[in-house]
Amino acid sequence: MGHPEAAEKFIANDERMHWHDKALWFVREKRDLAAHGIPEWEELRRVAKQIKTHVMSKLDVYLEEFEENAKEKGIHVHWAKDAKEHNEIVLKLLLNRGAKKLVKSKSMLTEECHLNPYLEENGIDVVDTDLGERIVQLREEAPSHIVLPAIHLKKEDVGTTFEHFLKTEKGNSDPTYLTRSARVHLRKKFLNADASLTGVNFGIAETGGIVVCTNEGNADLGASLAKLHIASMGIEKIIPKIKDLAVFTRLLSRSATGQPITSYTSHFHAPVEGGEMHIIIVDNGRSKILGSQDFKQSLNCIRCGACLNTCPIYRRSGGHSYGYTIPGPIGSTLGPSKDLSANKTLPFACTLCASCSNVCPIKIDLHHQLYKYRQHVVNAGLLATKKHTILKVAAWVMKHPSLLDFGGKIARKIVPIMPRSILYSSANIWGKKRELPKFPKNSFKELYKQHKEGKK
Amino acid sequence: MKIGLFIPCYMNELYPEASMATLKILENLGLDVEYPTEQTCCGQPMANTGCAHEADELARRFLKIFKDYDYVVAPSGSCVAMVRNNYAQFLDGEEGFEHLKTHTYEIVEFLHDVIKPKSMNAKFPYKVGIHNSCHGHREIGMASMSERNLPEFSKVKSMLSLVEGIEFVTLKRKDECCGFGGTFCVSEDAMSAAMGLDRVNDHVNAGAQIVTGVDMSCLMHMQGVIDREKLPIKTMHIAEILAGDL
Repeated sequence: MGHPEAAEKFIANDERMHWHDKALWFVREKRDLAAHGIPEWEELRRVAKQIKTHVMSKLDVYLEEFEENAKEKGIHVHWAKDAKEHNEIVLKLLLNRGAKKLVKSKSMLTEECHLNPYLEENGIDVVDTDLGERIVQLREEAPSHIVLPAIHLKKEDVGTTFEHFLKTEKGNSDPTYLTRSARVHLRKKFLNADASLTGVNFGIAETGGIVVCTNEGNADLGASLAKLHIASMGIEKIIPKIKDLAVFTRLLSRSATGQPITSYTSHFHAPVEGGEMHIIIVDNGRSKILGSQDFKQSLNCIRCGACLNTCPIYRRSGGHSYGYTIPGPIGSTLGPSKDLSANKTLPFACTLCASCSNVCPIKIDLHHQLYKYRQHVVNAGLLATKKHTILKVAAWVMKHPSLLDFGGKIARKIVPIMPRSILYSSANIWGKKRELPKFPKNSFKELYKQHKEGKK
Repeated sequence: MKIGLFIPCYMNELYPEASMATLKILENLGLDVEYPTEQTCCGQPMANTGCAHEADELARRFLKIFKDYDYVVAPSGSCVAMVRNNYAQFLDGEEGFEHLKTHTYEIVEFLHDVIKPKSMNAKFPYKVGIHNSCHGHREIGMASMSERNLPEFSKVKSMLSLVEGIEFVTLKRKDECCGFGGTFCVSEDAMSAAMGLDRVNDHVNAGAQIVTGVDMSCLMHMQGVIDREKLPIKTMHIAEILAGDL
């Protein structure tokens, strides 16, 4: 199923679609208040973009600097060229320490690598500890948003899920009650865990340490209690210096949720006492993107989710409609970078309204990338034949003005007298939910000629 | 100053009044305007669907037809954005392209930035909701966008404020997309129509009698929703208000 079909299904439930739209618009408005509260906002965006652009131009150098400094701090560093290597490294590290129970904090990279099913197949008990992630994990769903993984669910849905899995009171969907129940449930998991896995928001080349931003403190708790901490990091997460971090932390949570800063900004710069810390640096297609002039800016993304919240299509179709790990505008460029054929409808799930590019804290040219990806879809022969043919014919007609004039004249004569049953047949996709414009008697060109004659 | 009037292909066929209003505005200001009759389409529908080859041919054709005018003026932010922001891929380095790119204007923008009239000799005693169509709004910068932290302005509102009796309504979402999106309106028709209805309802709930804007395509889409849902509001291209064609 492509995006149009999945979106149509989501829209069919009008009440829920509007609820979803409003929930995310509320986040967008909170973001606006936070962003507009900082006079230097646009300057921050400019600087952030410059730092990222610089890093990407010297990524090899910074990654090696990062590795060297991390090793000096007693952190083990591993390199994974793809998802498979990443997952195998994680499993090996767990097995080496005899770890059977893993607690995870939020990591879109491990979602991208499909780590959970791989570990579960190999006998590891994996628990996502971010509340939203835990909810979708229990429901065996993918996150529908990169910051708000369970945003597609109402509190009643969560209530039912917890009733089933956590044995909460029947019919009780009070958010505080549910959150406390989850807390009790997760606390046990934390205390019994053999190992923890976190994502990485920023890897600092200068120090060799990593920074993880959460609102729940679950990354800290997991990494502090268990003796084995594994951090999965995409190659693009590097920033040069600790002082650069301030630029990004100021932008990240304001863009994400409208908070001035996440509740926890946790720095991991060494293993816990008597423990081990491992960082897995993952490529998984990123260096291919880095080599592409048109799309390399997508690597600058800090995963704030602002482009999802602002996207009028994301808000009305939900994250699952994209069929890719990362939904919304950023996912619609990363998806085709990963697999053009499988994600060919994503660059078209967009009106090119450009809100995403302007809300983006790193000024990524998101809508231009989607515009560009459409050409790649056509060049790869992946555009629907019917659509392609119509546009080819249209372009041919447009090169023959007299033909266009003739066609227009006929249409203006015929359309007004056509029976509604024919005019609004199933072939008229426009007319499914909209009326056609009223066809006028004359074209502008005809009126213009009369106008010129009259002037003489 | 010789102005080439660029009327988007579908407006030529379907919206002669709004197109004539554009001509009238320019002529009433005593400007020398000509409509080159061999013009057709700027190639935007093809380009936005990824058909670069077809768009390339139409871009070349457009350049040939319009390159000798001092200014090219069109009643569409979207088609102007195509010329200004997307033609470079096809025409960079071609003779006359730099001039074309920097001298192609949307009509309201042209009035606001180049002609700067002090009055419009138009009356419009209605409550009006402004639809900030995305390409005019974000691609060519007709007004400040809600995403950015920059000083507020609106060329659209500034020009409309010269019209006697006009009242503006305040929308809940001042610059959200209406969902037209070119070929998007049929390739994602369910989404497109849903977005259109939401946008129209914002105007209805704000008490607008008329929705206006610089892009007839968005207005055509919204009017389609209005007519189907029989909503108590109508759309009107901004040129028809500014021309005093009431």
